[in-house]
Amino acid sequence: MEKMSRVTTALGGSALTGRTMHCHLDAPANAISVCRDAAQVVVAGRSIFKIYAIEEEQFVEKLNLRVGRKPSLNLSCADVVWHQMDENLLATAATNGVVVTWNLGRPSRNKQDQLFTEHKRTVNKVCFHPTEAHVLLSGSQDGFMKCFDLRRKDSVSTFSGQSESVRDVQFSIRDYFTFASTFENGNVQLWDIRRPDRCERMFTAHNGPVFCCDWHPEDRGWLATGGRDKMVKVWDMTTHRAKEVHCVQTIASVARVKWRPECRHHLATCSMMVDHNIYVWDVRRPFVPAAMFEEHRDVTTGIAWRHPHDSSFLLSGSKDSTLCQHLFRDASQPVERANPEGLCYGLFGDLAFAAKESLVATESGRKPYAGDRRHPIFFKRKLDPAEPFAGLASSALSIFEMEPGSGSMSWFVDTAERYALAGRPLAELCDHNAKVARELGRNQVAQTWTMLRIIYCSPGLVPTTNLNHSMGKGSSCGLPLMNSFNLKDMAPGLGSETRLDRSKGDTRSDTVLLDSSATLITNEDNEETEGSDVPADYLLGDVEGEEDELYLLDPEHAHSEEPEYVLPQEAFPLRHEIVDTPPGPEHLQDKADSPHVSGSEADAASLAPVDSSFSLISVSHALYDSRLPPDFFSALVCDMLRFYAEQGDVQMAVSVLIVLGERVRKDIDEQTQEHWYTSYIDLLQRFCLWNVSNQVVKLSTSRAVSCLNQASTTLHVNCSHCKRPMSSRGWVCDRCHRCASMCAVCHHVVKGLFVWCQGCSHGGHLQHIMKWLEGSSHCPAGCGHLCEYS
Amino acid sequence: MRLATAANEVYKASLAVSELLGCKQCGGGRGQDEELGIRIPRTLGHGPSRFIPEKEILQVGSEDTQMHALFADSFAALGRLDNITLVMVFHPQYLESFLKTQHYLLQMDGPLPLHFRHYIGIMAAARHQCSYLVNLHVNDFLHVGGDPKWLNGLENAPQKLQNLGELNKVLAHRPWLITKEHIEGLLKAEEHSWSLAELVHAVVLLTHYHSLASFTFGCGISPEIHCDGGHTFRPPSVSNYCICDITNGNHSVDEMQVNSAGNVSVSDSFFEVEALMEKMRQLQECRDEEEASQEEMASRFEIEKRESMFVFSSDDEEVTPARDVSRHFEDTSYGYKDFSRHGMHVPTFRVQDYCWEDHGYSLVNRLYPDVGQLIDEKFHIAYNLTYNTMAMHKDVDTSMLRRAIWNYIHCMFGIRYDDYDYGEINQLLDRSFKVYIKTVVCTPEKVTKRMYDSFWRQFKHSEKVHVNLLLIEARMQAELLYALRAITRYMT
Repeated sequence: MEKMSRVTTALGGSALTGRTMHCHLDAPANAISVCRDAAQVVVAGRSIFKIYAIEEEQFVEKLNLRVGRKPSLNLSCADVVWHQMDENLLATAATNGVVVTWNLGRPSRNKQDQLFTEHKRTVNKVCFHPTEAHVLLSGSQDGFMKCFDLRRKDSVSTFSGQSESVRDVQFSIRDYFTFASTFENGNVQLWDIRRPDRCERMFTAHNGPVFCCDWHPEDRGWLATGGRDKMVKVWDMTTHRAKEVHCVQTIASVARVKWRPECRHHLATCSMMVDHNIYVWDVRRPFVPAAMFEEHRDVTTGIAWRHPHDSSFLLSGSKDSTLCQHLFRDASQPVERANPEGLCYGLFGDLAFAAKESLVATESGRKPYAGDRRHPIFFKRKLDPAEPFAGLASSALSIFEMEPGSGSMSWFVDTAERYALAGRPLAELCDHNAKVARELGRNQVAQTWTMLRIIYCSPGLVPTTNLNHSMGKGSSCGLPLMNSFNLKDMAPGLGSETRLDRSKGDTRSDTVLLDSSATLITNEDNEETEGSDVPADYLLGDVEGEEDELYLLDPEHAHSEEPEYVLPQEAFPLRHEIVDTPPGPEHLQDKADSPHVSGSEADAASLAPVDSSFSLISVSHALYDSRLPPDFFSALVCDMLRFYAEQGDVQMAVSVLIVLGERVRKDIDEQTQEHWYTSYIDLLQRFCLWNVSNQVVKLSTSRAVSCLNQASTTLHVNCSHCKRPMSSRGWVCDRCHRCASMCAVCHHVVKGLFVWCQGCSHGGHLQHIMKWLEGSSHCPAGCGHLCEYS
Repeated sequence: MRLATAANEVYKASLAVSELLGCKQCGGGRGQDEELGIRIPRTLGHGPSRFIPEKEILQVGSEDTQMHALFADSFAALGRLDNITLVMVFHPQYLESFLKTQHYLLQMDGPLPLHFRHYIGIMAAARHQCSYLVNLHVNDFLHVGGDPKWLNGLENAPQKLQNLGELNKVLAHRPWLITKEHIEGLLKAEEHSWSLAELVHAVVLLTHYHSLASFTFGCGISPEIHCDGGHTFRPPSVSNYCICDITNGNHSVDEMQVNSAGNVSVSDSFFEVEALMEKMRQLQECRDEEEASQEEMASRFEIEKRESMFVFSSDDEEVTPARDVSRHFEDTSYGYKDFSRHGMHVPTFRVQDYCWEDHGYSLVNRLYPDVGQLIDEKFHIAYNLTYNTMAMHKDVDTSMLRRAIWNYIHCMFGIRYDDYDYGEINQLLDRSFKVYIKTVVCTPEKVTKRMYDSFWRQFKHSEKVHVNLLLIEARMQAELLYALRAITRYMT
């Protein structure tokens, strides 16, 4: 209640004033009702029955209707209603089935007027006729509705709903004789008060109990119903068959529904369980509530608009023992908090973007991304400007198409399919994966695999040249400084260290200029150095015959098929190492063409472990000493995995995690691992790589992930005779009453694994078929087909 | 792995006695078995139920299409046709809903892994020392890949399941003591904590198996043939006696007993039914005339609640739980205690403030989708099931009687309906019936055949099974209401 505002509404002479306020009751409320003059409210519950005056600043207790020494169940109210014609007349429904009327005009302390004990079960609802002074209607758990004339001692007529229990009864505001009743079995009935024998009309409105209904105050035919199925439905009753005109999906079962006065499309709801808020919905916008009142701490049990011609005051009672007056102006509006922009990728890389029209308009001069190949299409939607929320509802939608090919993720699919994750020694796995990556042109990744192999497999086995080479490559996988250190170590007596330094200095100065346009210059510079500098040549010569591979050092930049992570280049602190390597001419080309930084370039660029220089020195030492426990590197490897994951290449992170298994697992916290796994699995499934995703799930050690393939393991089969789905069991068809899957060998029903030939579709028990096909190559069913079992 | 039960001893004793009877029928076919060297287990029991003569129960093979479909369903879901199904098929409409629910709880998508579900079933059944259900689920548990070590006792199960032990205990015997602290303790136990969805699943399973244990004892379900106590390998040829004769012999004995008992009291029990119907009629008519005061109504509930604790069978001998079963739970001494005893005052649970239809359903369906719907249907069917018959009478409106039974059970758990006159219970339920209800619901392990036989003597067995369905559903709802209310309180 941080912002309090005062509202004064002129209503034909009288004025309503007030603010958002609440008062504490002694006990939970079950229902509330407002007096005709909008100045008093009655609260009823199991152990409370009081009238409060609504004053400007506060609620003032005016009258306690619970009198008498002993609490009586007659006073345990399930519902209360105040007559809208006579301000002295009230009626309550008791949980023990009694309907009580109260006359405030009585001089004695006890205002109880009449007692109707006709219902056998709890009375859920009472309702006064809107214009008739003496007519009261009640609906009870026993399935009956009774109409009472208050001038008589018992009911005038009884209506049997032919159902278990009545949850709500409401007189139509416009039709004098009509009332609606809702039932626990989901039905809504319309009755004519003069004809108790049968209902005028009945239809099923909800799945499960219909807890409440409310006639539209102005629109003759509209009835709103709310049910346990978490829906509010608006029915048009004027047509021959009740027609559902609006439907609002809420988040919990709907306990009460009340149309908002003076706003044709607004209604307020509160829920029975779990959710404590009161919502006001615009039925035409069923997804976001127009307003939300969050004052209550327990479920709201009763809501009422204070005055039938004033739309800004809402009163509510709750199980948390408070009575509240809500001011519409103080309501929180979820619409305002909702993110007005929506962004979504399509299956083929298309991008859809929706935003408030005004927002788009201001920025229309600027293209959102350089990557769009097509002019955005705009869809505009305008609502009735008279409506209060129309302004928010108009939005623009633009769609950007991907350039064919540029969004291709074929490398991802290939990698996923060809990687080997388990079942072979680590060294082989690494080599294999490195090879796969290299064939796909992902050299940095290939390099990483080789590195891992070196770290985790005995270094003695690696030939020295290869080793050198690997180390050299290693630099590109994101350990930038290593290159230089390594070079020094590798080429002792080179005598060109100064040279090297110089070139390094050069490149450093270049780096300052580096951005996408400057790259060109840098590259050219580099080319110069390459051409003129001996050390560079020498370097290449050191690893003989491997020029091509060394080429791969610069990786990354060369491959435009790499995922286009649309990230502004400036976001990354570029390092000199990027230009430290000789770029190829086609690379140059690419660079000039593409305004984007490719993902892998970013890879190389952003990797900057603070302690890397230290560990790198150690690395080179280690290689000389040939002995350093792989544990030593685990921090580094973990950093590397995190780096890959951050770059969006979660595939690499997960693959390495699986391949290395125990070696690194302990160093990365469970949650991160789980996060990687789920992202990778999600990606795999988007590409329909079910097998791979299942393999990953299986190989994962995270509990939350490995249980993924234990859910939804149902297999649906169709009957082989009538082709209908076999709903209940897998081997007997409900419809044709035949056993669907007979074993061709033993002629019994197969209840477990059923294997069948895809050629002739005969099959049977796995064991039997295996055995049969060992001895014979023909189908056991005798169809003559040459079955193959693989 | 298999669990021996105390009940076994009874069977063996009865076998020994019946071995004295002769057999002339199945001399052939025996040699073959011996040749193959296969020991063929033979049923020991006398049909699916110890209380109901086998011939009263529907024979597999003679069922109509609806029942056949049900049997097939049950078989498909469980891979067996268990004795519970064979007894419940007296009421196919209910059985269908029961099997659907059970199948969903145990085998369909849910927050708990499969072996956890069976283990929770074992835990729940073990609270009532129900070796029948424990044996069944031990097999299932191992079948779905559960760790056999867990079966050595709850202390060998993961901490998470151990934490559930307390809730299981309270829920089974004194559900009114469940507080939101219990719930909080389970949900906030660091790495061993339960999620809300898991907890609701577990609670539904616990209540399901508590009440199913009641049914098992209430109808005297015999052990399954593949479980301990359900079969014998004793070759029938040893003394030339055959099991089929033993059962036949037993049958005739049963009939004789029934007949002799029936002869003595046939007139009594005939009047019993008549009297009951007369009372129902009176209540129907007089309801409007005698208007009990509010205080009277309230005190009637209290009286009924208090009296329900004196309603205990006189032969209240202490049954020591079989050791093998008892290792699945701790604190064997913890049992049903009437709340009015020991001056413990527990506020009455008002159904008008928290009921299944409005509140419980919404909560369950929110946290464990679809199950709310299934259980709701099951409650509905159980509550509304009627064939409008009473013993030999047809076209009787039994709703009043059914409501009395339902409300009596809820009354034992302290759940009160504002709109019910608890005086009706006293009118409609006589003492022996109350003893039976109370025993089945609160201490099912103490049910004896004598109790089963001594109430409603003229009623059909199918009607007694019907009563049992009411009992177990009412019990399940009562436990669920307390547990769900605690969860709701935790959430608000």
